[in-house]
Amino acid sequence: MQSAQPKVRMAMVGLGKMGLSHLAIVRAHPQVELVAGCDASAYLTDVLEKHTGLKCYSDFDQMLATEALDALLIATPSKLHAGMVTQALSRGLHVFCEKPFVLDVADGERLVALAHEKQRVTQVGYHYRFVGTFQEAARIVKSGALGEIHHVRAEAYGPVVLRAKGGTWRSTQAEGGGALYDYACHAIDLVNFVVGKPDSVSGVVRHAVFSRDVEDEVYCSLHYRNGASGQLCVNWSDESLRKMSTKLSVWGTRGRLTADRQECQIYLREPHTATPELKTGWNVKYTTELTDEVWFYLRGEEYSAQIDYFVQSVLSGRTQGHSHFGSALDTDRVVAQILAGGSVATPTELMPKPRGFWSRLFG
Amino acid sequence: MKPSHTPDRVLFGDNQFFGVNHMSEEKARAQQMRFQDLQAILDVLDAAYQEGIRTFMCTTHDRVSEICEHFRNNTAKYPDYQFYPCMPYAHKYANAVTEHGMIDALRLFLPEGGLLSGALKSGLALAQKDVDAILRQLIDAEMKMFHGLNTPVIFIQNVITDLLLGLGFHGLFRTFHDHVREAYGAEAGFITMNTPRLLDVLEAQGIANPIICSNINKIGFRMCGGVAAYEKVLAERPFRPIAMSVLASGAIGPREAIDYVCDLPQVQSIVFGASSRANIRQTKQLIDQAWAARTASEAVPAG
Repeated sequence: MQSAQPKVRMAMVGLGKMGLSHLAIVRAHPQVELVAGCDASAYLTDVLEKHTGLKCYSDFDQMLATEALDALLIATPSKLHAGMVTQALSRGLHVFCEKPFVLDVADGERLVALAHEKQRVTQVGYHYRFVGTFQEAARIVKSGALGEIHHVRAEAYGPVVLRAKGGTWRSTQAEGGGALYDYACHAIDLVNFVVGKPDSVSGVVRHAVFSRDVEDEVYCSLHYRNGASGQLCVNWSDESLRKMSTKLSVWGTRGRLTADRQECQIYLREPHTATPELKTGWNVKYTTELTDEVWFYLRGEEYSAQIDYFVQSVLSGRTQGHSHFGSALDTDRVVAQILAGGSVATPTELMPKPRGFWSRLFG
Repeated sequence: MKPSHTPDRVLFGDNQFFGVNHMSEEKARAQQMRFQDLQAILDVLDAAYQEGIRTFMCTTHDRVSEICEHFRNNTAKYPDYQFYPCMPYAHKYANAVTEHGMIDALRLFLPEGGLLSGALKSGLALAQKDVDAILRQLIDAEMKMFHGLNTPVIFIQNVITDLLLGLGFHGLFRTFHDHVREAYGAEAGFITMNTPRLLDVLEAQGIANPIICSNINKIGFRMCGGVAAYEKVLAERPFRPIAMSVLASGAIGPREAIDYVCDLPQVQSIVFGASSRANIRQTKQLIDQAWAARTASEAVPAG
């Protein structure tokens, strides 16, 4: 990447937790000219303008009407995605949108069609696709080294909601809150990426552990037309972990693999010509050998890698790259199936209460 | 205070105590189980001290306050012990922001009852864009657990350094630098994954000869800009580098890894974490040997 190369004129909307991280990464990118930022919080934009010199807007429409842009990065709460993506695409902009893509599959279908009509580059922030170990998992599965895949398990656990309180948009289902949109989407997208999209789901469990209006854990079975199966296990109220931990396990007729952010463990019954470096039995590949260097590091190579990928897609006109809107819509479709499969229950209400002295004596 | 502190050659890190392992989540969990007992941590720190390592470079994780308490109560046993606080323990903040939103999370971490706290609660401080004052209060809040202990260098963790670096909040590096000097008589240190870029920014802020702790290893793991760019700044730019992740999370053999880093110009210090006396001893000896060899070769006049 040389500074003499053409630059993408980009703006950002949504400068919250994920937005600030994106902002740092795009501002450090040598092929991006970050023209402006936009957020409804005036104090945040004031601080950014004063201390970092970023031109800021509080009005999204005004920013789009005023600035000459090539691309827009959207990191607002999920319920705002569909409207903003529509406006951006209508104006002919390339769009990077945070996950989940949209909350309504019909919106997603309309936007995929619009992006196709406009021939714009699109990408959704499924950063796990840019983690070296998960890319290696996808490569090995696609190589056929594991044989016919008959089962996949995707797990994501972490400490987000640990008490019966909290009042951000993440605690409201209609705004894209809950463990399904926040954690499970990543796990579903990884299943789609590594093994392929399931055709249906069943046995949906959506439990509120601490939250009032959204689920804190999601479990369900995944079904493939060829008879293969899967399981999704997600819990964002797991305090035993320091941060979100995501793991994918795949079983095939010739072996199995397990991948998390740090390592990819592969067991092969016998060697395969497509993966000559893998021996019979256990093989372990670590993040250090699977991770490509990025130009700027913040929180993990994958965040920078996905932004760079988007920038290179814009510069090269690659409209069907990783995590384009069509692939993100596949994830939204599975989410819709899960939502149709069961509503949120509170397990503490279902479980028998500890019995007191009198009821133990006479019950 | 003049910026004159020279970090020791070997510093002890804390990743292994708090479930951080860049190679294996299983190993991280096993370590977390072992070290949930404070005595297990203190035993390892004692072992490191007996091997001649007297600097503990640690995050401001809640549990570090228990470790600090032990050292405060036993100053006679560790007369020359020093802490290098690395702030903040970022997950604490990240999780709070997810749960409460950015501004409410900030309120949680600022001291109760302070002038700024009152102003912030009414929205005034942010309206006045007083981020310098907020940063100073956050530093003070993080430093409370270290009161009475020797803290000659205070670091900003890489998540925050690199966030500020990317966002362009470059003036806050100066605020941090000045505040730790004025309030704690300490030198500012910066942990980063982007050393060449950070050096340019610190220089522009008038921060001369900064202490920078970053990954320095033979395979370039998490060295943004690449090995060549790091070797160039080490050769050409005045700063006090502390090498971490020297073994690249175990991807390089110990002797090869340490020999590489000890041969680099300017590198005076290595920080590493280990869980057993045998590993601490082995790593410390390898570093001592490599440095002795370097010193010996430097003593021979070129000819």
